[in-house]
Amino acid sequence: MRVLLVLPILIPLSTAAVSLVFWRRRSVQRWMGMAGTSGLLAASVWLFEAVRREGIQATQVGNWSAPFGITFVADLFSAIMVVLTGLMGLAVAVYSLGSVDRRRESFGYYPLLQILLMGVCGAFLTGDLFNLYVWFEVMLISSFVLLALGGERGQLEGAIKYVTLNLLSSAVFLAAVGLLYGLAGTLNMADLAIKLRAVEQTGLVTTLAMMFLITFGVKAAVFPLFFWLPASYHTPPFAVSAIFAGLLTKVGVYALIRVFTLLFVVDVGYTHTLILVIAGLTMITGVLGAVAQNEFRRVLSFQVISSVGFMVMGLALFTPLALAGSVFYMLQDIVVKTNLFLVSGVAHRLCGTSELKEQGGLYATYPAFALLFLIPALSLAGIPPLSGFFAKLALVQAGLGAQSYMIVFIALTVSLLTLLSMTKIWNEAFWKPQPSDSSRAEMPTAIRAVTASGRMATGTLIVPIVILAALTVCIGLAAGFFFDLATVAAEQLLDPTAYIRAVEGGMTR
Amino acid sequence: MNVVLAVVIGGLYATGLYMMMRRSIVKLIIGLALLSHAANLLIFTAGGLTRARPPLIPEGANVPPAPFADPLPQALILTAIVISFGVLAFALVLIHRAYGTVGTDDLDEMKATDT
Repeated sequence: MRVLLVLPILIPLSTAAVSLVFWRRRSVQRWMGMAGTSGLLAASVWLFEAVRREGIQATQVGNWSAPFGITFVADLFSAIMVVLTGLMGLAVAVYSLGSVDRRRESFGYYPLLQILLMGVCGAFLTGDLFNLYVWFEVMLISSFVLLALGGERGQLEGAIKYVTLNLLSSAVFLAAVGLLYGLAGTLNMADLAIKLRAVEQTGLVTTLAMMFLITFGVKAAVFPLFFWLPASYHTPPFAVSAIFAGLLTKVGVYALIRVFTLLFVVDVGYTHTLILVIAGLTMITGVLGAVAQNEFRRVLSFQVISSVGFMVMGLALFTPLALAGSVFYMLQDIVVKTNLFLVSGVAHRLCGTSELKEQGGLYATYPAFALLFLIPALSLAGIPPLSGFFAKLALVQAGLGAQSYMIVFIALTVSLLTLLSMTKIWNEAFWKPQPSDSSRAEMPTAIRAVTASGRMATGTLIVPIVILAALTVCIGLAAGFFFDLATVAAEQLLDPTAYIRAVEGGMTR
Repeated sequence: MNVVLAVVIGGLYATGLYMMMRRSIVKLIIGLALLSHAANLLIFTAGGLTRARPPLIPEGANVPPAPFADPLPQALILTAIVISFGVLAFALVLIHRAYGTVGTDDLDEMKATDT
């Protein structure tokens, strides 16, 4: 058993366990949070290097051989996602130091964050469908508590919708897993990949594929299953919405890409055409929702949905270039989305509100901070030197190559509308002067909050934003390197023989 | 036996979904509980119902003789029951807190976060 593959799960688990022992010592929990996420990042980079050098890694927990034991497997796609999980975990853990209030901290905020990261890493690394269900539940339960922690009215109302729809999707997932076991007699993904290609009743396989599409569609927030997302993502503390927006929907997209490249490729003409339609509608509804909103985080929540459409579009086109585009889009979008939510938290602190109408004057008072907003915002819209441009370029090229002109047209229009919604935030929060009447009264308290919490707290807010913005620029400038990675990941996804061989090789060892 | 279970599962799904579409948050939770029961029974049925054939390996053999009850679905169900129990406990506390904070159990009046 290779410890390398389970470290990204063990490190957050043990950090959470140790933090829980120090339940009353908030400062210990804060440091444990930092240490745990740093360790997770180090372990994930190690795993990534191993996968990049030696190819797909697999291990069997408890040394039960492949179809019987629980398999952990990391191809390049999973490895990239785990590295990003570690990175976002660390950024948000640092950001939380200065932004999460004392009451939430003393009710276990940091251990919960670790358990969330453990669930996300587990979902990325598992090679077994039922195990995937378990990791989804680990992730969901901790996200439920993080969402509701604090017990404000908006949080509780949002949490009810979030919990209901996600539990509904879990019930569908469980039913689909049960039926799939009845059909194929195995739940190991590599084993399923072989058995499902040999199943004669392709209609049944397609029916199951639709059940998986629904369940992962809810988690990924695709049209028309996304309604839990804009109802809940703007309610918790900013650090929590940042990690949710960065990682949780991407786990859904990851699961979609995994099952629709490895398992359900029997009737591509039907399933992937349907996914293409869904992708287009997701992009459009997401961006139209974003344009219509007037609150910082609500705009960003709808942008999360719109981006999911782009990632799913690459899966639907199902060519090497398109899948590489999807992987690259996910890679850079996780950084950009997390960063935008972190920026919205600072803007909230500076203005005392998140309503765009009541914000203003941020460019005049903090021009450097305004620049920090512009980098991820323009990347999201797809402005050339930044990372989002290359992701969209690859997807558009793939669309043209597959002669799906409609989806290309939609993607380009949606990018333009994305720019519009980002411009709206820029105009309202940064460019226009501070509105005089309403928030003048609140302004002194906001400023006092900044100075009273000290330079240390402000630093913990700004440093993650600066690093993530720098990363966005770097991914844009070194797009060739990252795109090569994404291309290799896409090749591994499209040709599952190496994946299957790695899992079966783990069996003989 | 299969038919009976199919009818039971169908009934559970129908009842669960009906309860979820009511306006009361308590009924919402009951509906969710019924849905997870339905899913568990579905795994049990889809895994194959073999009665009175325990998966015991006779001496000298490596596998049990051909028609035997598959223990794996039951292991899956057990895991799923534990998870749904935990989630249900959380959901109950959540609706209790929501009722205390919002002051109503009517989902139609919980629109503060809607767009």
